[in-house]
Amino acid sequence: MQQFAALLRKDQQPVRYLVVDDSVFARKNLIKMIELFGGEVAGEAGDGLTAIAEYNRSKPDIVLMDITMPQMEGIEAVERIVRQHGDARIVMVSSVGYQENILAALQKGAKHFVQKPVKPEVLYEILRYVLGDDPNAAAVPVALAGEHQI
Amino acid sequence: MRMELIQPFINAADAVFAESLQAPTKIVDLTMDENIYRRKGVAALITIKGDIEGRVILDLAPEVAMRVAGHLAGSPMPESEQVVRETVCELANMVIGNSVTLLNDQGFRFKVFPPEIHMSEEGLGGNAETEAMVLCIETPCGQVYLNIAMHYLHRRRREQAAVPALD
Repeated sequence: MQQFAALLRKDQQPVRYLVVDDSVFARKNLIKMIELFGGEVAGEAGDGLTAIAEYNRSKPDIVLMDITMPQMEGIEAVERIVRQHGDARIVMVSSVGYQENILAALQKGAKHFVQKPVKPEVLYEILRYVLGDDPNAAAVPVALAGEHQI
Repeated sequence: MRMELIQPFINAADAVFAESLQAPTKIVDLTMDENIYRRKGVAALITIKGDIEGRVILDLAPEVAMRVAGHLAGSPMPESEQVVRETVCELANMVIGNSVTLLNDQGFRFKVFPPEIHMSEEGLGGNAETEAMVLCIETPCGQVYLNIAMHYLHRRRREQAAVPALD
């Protein structure tokens, strides 16, 4: 049983997330955590190309992006999204966490990196950190999201 | 068999299942195997090539994969071969990802090939010379098998170079 204070935007609206992963159940796992943090799913994508289209459509506050995906990998998608939207906030979520991978993602414009399997408390702290840098988002949690079991 | 190359995979598998399922896991069986691997359920084979080489097979029954998927998704998933494949792939990626992170940060350079899913009855990955460690991990969702065969490339090169001298 874990409780998290809701992470909200400065306008008190839920933070909107785009979840990108080629595995359906990996996306569901992340969505479960997003809901635990009081967030809202703006969109989902199973590859980098769809992620770019979904970003343009939904304009999320945060993107959770896998690296290894069909058609277009996550790091290339990050580069393209950031080129178009300099203020995009993208957190890489990948099984492979070695330094070169992390550096490549950060160099292309990702804000942070979390390794799978994702621990909710780790992702929560990373989101707090990334949102703290966002003028539209509250830097600190402002409300309790309620009790959830994960 | 070099345990320093095997241990990261064992640790990663144990940690990935324990963390993903939020429950303790236990290694219930550990054996050495020199035969071609015969899968027990749906198997993901991952090949590694570079300073260190070999292959890792993650193998679990479809019903175990479905239970893991349901646990991770937060609700039962509709039963399908696609979900089983995805689950085995994702689990294999997590195990490999966590173990190669450690090996990579130790200075080894190698390429990890994407998981190949095997559902047919044929043998997997290797020949009679492939010495592998096979372990069975007991999880709350059922048993998971891991078959690991790894060696240093430079050792293999030395061994190959030694052959003409013996002729």
